[in-house]
Amino acid sequence: MRHILSLLIENEAGALSRVAGLFSARAYNIESLTVAPTEDPTLSRMTIVTSGSDDVIEQITKQVNKLIEVVKVVDLNEGRYIERELMLVKVRAVGKDREEIKRTGDIFRGRIVDVTDKTYTIELTGTSDKLDAFIEALGKSVILETVRTGPSGIGRGEWIMRV
Amino acid sequence: MQLSGAEIVIRSLAAEGVEFVWGYPGGAVLFIYDELFKQDKVKHILVRHEQAALHAADGYSRATGKVGVALVTSGPGVTNAITGIATAYMDSIPMVIVTGQVPTHAIGLDAFQECDTVGITRPCVKHNFLVKDVKDLAVTMKKAFYLAASGRPGPVVVDVPKDVSAAMCEFEYPSEVSMRSYNPVTKGHSGQIRKAVQMLLEAKRPMIYTGGGVILGDAAPQLTELVRLLGYPCTNTLMGLGGYPATDPQFLGMLGMHGTYEVNMAMQHCDVLLAVGARFDDRVIGNPKHFYNPERRIVHIDIDPSSISKRVKVDVPIVGNINDVLEEMLRTLKSEKPRPDAQALKAWWAQIELWKTKDCLRYDRTSKIIKPQFVVEKLYEVTKGEAIVTSDVGQHQMWAAQFYKFNKPRRWLNSGGLGTMGVGLPYAMGARQAFPDTDVACITGEASIQMCIQELSTCKQYHLPIKIVNLNNRYLGMVRQWQQIMHGNRYSESYMDALPDFVKLAESYGHVGMQITKPADVEGALREAFKMKDRLVFMDFLTDQTENVYPMVQAGKGLTEMILAEEL
Ligand SMILES: Cc1ncc(C[n+]2csc(CCOP(=O)(O)OP(=O)(O)O)c2C)c(N)n1
Repeated sequence: MRHILSLLIENEAGALSRVAGLFSARAYNIESLTVAPTEDPTLSRMTIVTSGSDDVIEQITKQVNKLIEVVKVVDLNEGRYIERELMLVKVRAVGKDREEIKRTGDIFRGRIVDVTDKTYTIELTGTSDKLDAFIEALGKSVILETVRTGPSGIGRGEWIMRV
Repeated sequence: MQLSGAEIVIRSLAAEGVEFVWGYPGGAVLFIYDELFKQDKVKHILVRHEQAALHAADGYSRATGKVGVALVTSGPGVTNAITGIATAYMDSIPMVIVTGQVPTHAIGLDAFQECDTVGITRPCVKHNFLVKDVKDLAVTMKKAFYLAASGRPGPVVVDVPKDVSAAMCEFEYPSEVSMRSYNPVTKGHSGQIRKAVQMLLEAKRPMIYTGGGVILGDAAPQLTELVRLLGYPCTNTLMGLGGYPATDPQFLGMLGMHGTYEVNMAMQHCDVLLAVGARFDDRVIGNPKHFYNPERRIVHIDIDPSSISKRVKVDVPIVGNINDVLEEMLRTLKSEKPRPDAQALKAWWAQIELWKTKDCLRYDRTSKIIKPQFVVEKLYEVTKGEAIVTSDVGQHQMWAAQFYKFNKPRRWLNSGGLGTMGVGLPYAMGARQAFPDTDVACITGEASIQMCIQELSTCKQYHLPIKIVNLNNRYLGMVRQWQQIMHGNRYSESYMDALPDFVKLAESYGHVGMQITKPADVEGALREAFKMKDRLVFMDFLTDQTENVYPMVQAGKGLTEMILAEEL
């Protein structure tokens, strides 16, 4: 099953490679990993999307926790959470496609952020599922380039992840 | 007071009470060596290869429980040390390794003798640091020692660029450090401990299985008390030998791939298994699917939460310091009314006695050729079981584990996790350095000993009168055994040809060499060797070339699918 892990980690050189190295060394799946400093510049927040059986996820959580620079690990799937991913997609927008693409973008609440005679660049945020659906709706033939950030996740309600 | 980075390194070691540093100099650590030269608190031991520096410091730690310290230069110094670091890591040995690095301004420019030490060592250390500013050096050293020795121990690397070791700064060694991201658990959960005691008392067919964690956690006395109080059978893993006295009637021998028949049967058929500081690894329980037994409940005590339910699902996990947890178990047990089920226990012991009649460690005692098992038995007799014994990796290691009875912890030093050939001699060096009045024997094979043979020179320089017991079968014996059993007798590259004359070799390093070819001479040679208190003696025993280690569970097989000697 797909799981989203949220990590608070010391904002130090090499911390990212420890996490990434752990996943490859122990042959854990890693679908995406995003990381950036938080409002406290000594801490980074990392979101990892992984998958595996419950046993594997338990091991992953324990092994990640064991990394010295990891301050906290939470498996967001254990509660309710919000996930968002940002995607930029550049499409060929010519002829009758041009209007059609704009309409599809509107349906998905995408924003056109750059335009040329032949292309649109659309910005879209949402769950990874929604982004996948948008790509499918556009169709491979018009897509020139996509770039996705990978999801970031946060718990719902008043629950907070803190040191 | 303003000190150089190099001086800070040495002062930090002294502040940590470090007596010995094993190392090898080079460009990037010259300032540090210069400071070593100017003081006499920390004694440096110059090895002949960095791998041996790591192993010797590791062996010292295994024998003493203290943090082992090594010092190597950048680039090739570090890469040579990797095997030693990985060996310590796999067995959770506390070590601090100071490595030289090219100056900070040269990092990343493919400078002479540059390597990405933090990157290369990352997967085989508990943690590592690159110190970019001399102001961080003292606190980093403090953190390194703290991390190495606390929680589940392990090696920590501190990489010190040359300009950092030259730079000056104010020195004050912190008396303690705390890290918000590192809070190892110490006390076990009381509710879980009560549950565990309950389960143990309900057992009809109990079994206690303990590993290296008992040795590392200095919990042998508590374990021994618990096992005796309960009257249950006990086994130790290869790493756990000495955790429970091997001559005690409740001890069933080592378990696992080359464990005794009775122990492996008892592990499989018990209804309550108490695992202490052990991790159910593949050499110990064989195939986990086969090991699974729905009637067996498992209590698992370990300091590392990630060791729990990793290969085998357990019913009552307890995370904490092993000696604390065992003490609490003892207290609970002593205050509980119910006692173990004496009737059931009697029947269980009767079953175990029946399994024992297989006499699974039997070998031909009438042989005209020296049997390796016989040499280990005689070594045990001659040293009265009081020696520190190191081994390398192979058949000789298993025979040492099976036939030398370890009654105390930290007397048996070997590479269980990584299985590194070459550790035997340097482990013996580290142990003897720590205990100059204790007999130290290295049980090895003619192949393994050649992997760090150059250290005979270090032994001469530092007067380390180790006794080397070379079980010379002219084969990579363990490899040959697998080839015999699993690869249709095709002995591909497992013959050790062109062996040196070990007697002359030992003599050329200034030691005593002996070759022993007849069973009748084994005991005499050992006695003679151990009488030479101040000499290293290399005893080359020409042993039976085709002897195999039994019982044997083939890799991937179930724990009770043992091959016994008579079956081949
Ligand atoms: C560094 C290293 N290389 C290879 C191996 C694989 N290996 C395990 S046992 C063994 C043979 C050891 O031969 P020897 O030291 O003569 O001991 P014996 O098995 O004959 O007692 C080998 C090659 C290893 N464990 N370590």
